[in-house]
Amino acid sequence: MNEYSRKMLKVPTYNLLREQDMGKLPVLDVRNLGIDFGGLTAVDSFNITIGPTEISGLIGPNGAGKTTIFNLLTGVYQPTRGSVLINGIDTKGMPTHKVNKLGIARTFQNIRLFSEMTALDNVKVGMHNEIKCSFVSSLLHLPSYHKAEKAANEKAMELLDFMGLADVANVKAGSLPYGVQRRLEIVRALATNPSIILLDEPAAGMNPSETMELMHQIRRIRDTFHIAIFLIEHDMNLVMNVCEAIAVVNYGRIIAKGTPEEIRQNPAVIEAYLGKEDGE
Amino acid sequence: MGFLQYLINGISIGSVYAIIALGYTMVYGIAKMLNFAHGDVIMVGAYMSFCVTNYLGLPAVVGILVAMVVCTVLGIIIEGLAYKPLRGASSLAVLITAIGVSYFLQNAAQLIWGSAPKNFTSIVTFAPIKLFGGQLTITGEVIITILASVVIMVALTLFTGKTRMGKAMRAVSEDRAAAQLMGINVNQTISMTFAIGSALAAIAGVLLCSTVPTLQPTTGSMPGIRAFTAAVFGGIGSIPGAMLGGILLGIIETMTKAYLSTQFSDAIVFLVLIVVLLVKPAGLMGKVVQEKV
Amino acid sequence: MNKIKQYFKTHSYNIATYGIVIIAYVVMQYLSNADMLSRSVNGYLVPICAYIVLAVSLNLVVGISGELSLGHAGFMGVGAFAGIVTAACLQGVVDSDFGRLMAALLVGGVVAGIAGVIVGVPVLRLRGDYLAIVTLAFGEILKNIIGNLYIGKDETGIRVALSQAELHLGAGGKVILSGALGATGVQKLSTFFAGFLLILFTLFVVLNLINSKEGRAIKAVRDNRIAAESVGINVTAFRMKAFVVSAFLAGMAGALYGLNYSAVSASKFGFNTSIDILVFVVLGGMGNILGSVISATVLYVLPEAMRGLADYRMILYAVVLILVMLFTWSPKVKEIMSVVTAKLGGIFKKKEVGTNE
Repeated sequence: MNEYSRKMLKVPTYNLLREQDMGKLPVLDVRNLGIDFGGLTAVDSFNITIGPTEISGLIGPNGAGKTTIFNLLTGVYQPTRGSVLINGIDTKGMPTHKVNKLGIARTFQNIRLFSEMTALDNVKVGMHNEIKCSFVSSLLHLPSYHKAEKAANEKAMELLDFMGLADVANVKAGSLPYGVQRRLEIVRALATNPSIILLDEPAAGMNPSETMELMHQIRRIRDTFHIAIFLIEHDMNLVMNVCEAIAVVNYGRIIAKGTPEEIRQNPAVIEAYLGKEDGE
Repeated sequence: MGFLQYLINGISIGSVYAIIALGYTMVYGIAKMLNFAHGDVIMVGAYMSFCVTNYLGLPAVVGILVAMVVCTVLGIIIEGLAYKPLRGASSLAVLITAIGVSYFLQNAAQLIWGSAPKNFTSIVTFAPIKLFGGQLTITGEVIITILASVVIMVALTLFTGKTRMGKAMRAVSEDRAAAQLMGINVNQTISMTFAIGSALAAIAGVLLCSTVPTLQPTTGSMPGIRAFTAAVFGGIGSIPGAMLGGILLGIIETMTKAYLSTQFSDAIVFLVLIVVLLVKPAGLMGKVVQEKV
Repeated sequence: MNKIKQYFKTHSYNIATYGIVIIAYVVMQYLSNADMLSRSVNGYLVPICAYIVLAVSLNLVVGISGELSLGHAGFMGVGAFAGIVTAACLQGVVDSDFGRLMAALLVGGVVAGIAGVIVGVPVLRLRGDYLAIVTLAFGEILKNIIGNLYIGKDETGIRVALSQAELHLGAGGKVILSGALGATGVQKLSTFFAGFLLILFTLFVVLNLINSKEGRAIKAVRDNRIAAESVGINVTAFRMKAFVVSAFLAGMAGALYGLNYSAVSASKFGFNTSIDILVFVVLGGMGNILGSVISATVLYVLPEAMRGLADYRMILYAVVLILVMLFTWSPKVKEIMSVVTAKLGGIFKKKEVGTNE
């Protein structure tokens, strides 16, 4: 038991579902998740349920295990304990690419684009499993290939346009500015047609006006595609404004869950996280 | 008794592989490059020793010393001219350059000494030891080779563990940028590594040709590839790994030829390597580095 | 009209690649027919075709898929001997030489492709330099195995053994492959035309693959494996596809190469040949298919053209190789070049604006 769990207040066990999500199967249902690295517990007893159109946040001090949780949710790491259900299906033992097909997509804290390929091609790689075209058809460039490519191009351009990136469609991803790369990663994740996307520090390295723009875009993504969003972010302004529910982790455990208002007033959170920031 | 004989012979040839593998592994650890020209430095060393003893009629010890000096200088020159300008370039580019250097050394040797094999006179002069009434023969070459590898291993371990330069080498191989920030002269350290690796190659060349006395411009290629395999087998970048890998490879090779098949010894040796890498993807003593997400 | 323009614009690279190959073929074929080529140059035509195919197919693995393979010649060897055996077996069954050659190429490709699957399953679990060493090991294993195979045929069919004595050929039997000696008395079936067709086929397969969703997935795996997995791409499957297609094409090239000589031995298909092909790929440019075509041709002809220099030619080749690598890859030279091209680019841009408006 670490020092914070003793001070921990009553953690709400219910989930903050939006009215429209009531009674629907949650897109993400995580039960008792935990992972050990060589005897060291990095994440433990992590529980969360996210409704089909919910925007949730995951916050906590550096090294609290937030990215590790994302890696567990997407199958990059196999959990030591507990289970992850995506749209009701247990991901146990599945490799990352199969977990993605269940409807979960993500972005990365340290941007991972296909840097030698154009922005458009990055998005089209995201659409890989959506493009219906056989290997033989691809090799021989049969009519079905041309049809599938044309449709893919149009959809990819639409998605790029949605995030305001249509102008850079043919620019090599590696040479795009930082903020643009972050948005391109979101487009690529959207291209896999997910029911939930995980954003790992989407505002990192952005200036205040870019962050404002991003906040609008996150809401627009939810409202347009009717999907859930789960994000890690250090920018409290963004988290408090955009998220409808927030989970706070420290030392790999949830120390508080609730609405932004509840989190703001939670003494354990203030102690572990916000308080520390005030002190700085 | 046959088994013991094969085992000793295996350890002997394995020791030669181990000495060559040390050169590969040290260079890989520090410069992160596969130096395919290393095998040809062995050949140059053997020719040097051959010239000194056969043409000048000097004793074998002088031959070895001259070979070591020439190879050390050669190693530093190769590194400075061909590899240093490519620092920071893709590792494939450095690999191809190393292959260019290998071609260069082989063809230069052919120009100077011709392609006809030379008959290398063994540096060892004392007679083989016969044990168990002649059932077990240990040649002088075997004894010298095994002794040499043990001495080299101990010396290298002390060098990397105790001396300033050795510690600098370990630091550079761990994290080049951090080492540079700590005031270590990275270029000098890399040069030094090439120098040591090449000096070892010279010794390996003399030992190799004392055991297998035909010397020609391609002499270094196959033992070079074998030793490279041994370095990977033991975990490339690890000094004890190279030693272990070399000796194991020598034993496996000799045993395969003795008990399984002479024809397919190459295939079997490489198959063992593949199996080991599948079970332990970083070799016997290598560390697996996980990519951080 | 605009559509056609657009088509040419987006496909200019592919059109240039096919165009150069076709023009080169027509010119060489014309010169050859007009008896304007020396015997030795005529002799290079088929091997050049084979090496172009080998370089392009290896580029698929090294450049597009981003895996360093040092055993490409192994697949070439498997294809060569599978092709030679096929051609020998079809003698008297298929009358047309061209027909037998095509069958041999196909079988060579398929057998090498199967070898590619067998090698690929364990190899593709590894990464980086470890993958390189294991492909090297497999190349040597394949060479070792074909170097010890004895294949013969008699009335009862094909016989395979590990020594001449074990073949037990019946009366009228003929040895096709005899271990380390390799294949002797091979009927030369390969023609420049067949080589040209094989190059076109290879370009068709590789360029189409690169420009499809499969190719994008392969490149995505190369650029960022973890990100590729996160968007639902089965990384191992795509590395495997590139590897097997590459082995298949290398096998076809091997069959073309093998059927161009009356005697071929397994020692040809070892590490050194793998390295030669890799040099073609790297100097031609990683992932640059046209570059592979050109560099395979130039680098094959270069040492031959320097024959006049006798003993010095290989040493010169080595020096040229080192210098080219230093000048094209050195970070310092790259920096200088980028400044120069930026300045030149600026001049051209200004000119363009001036002429257009």
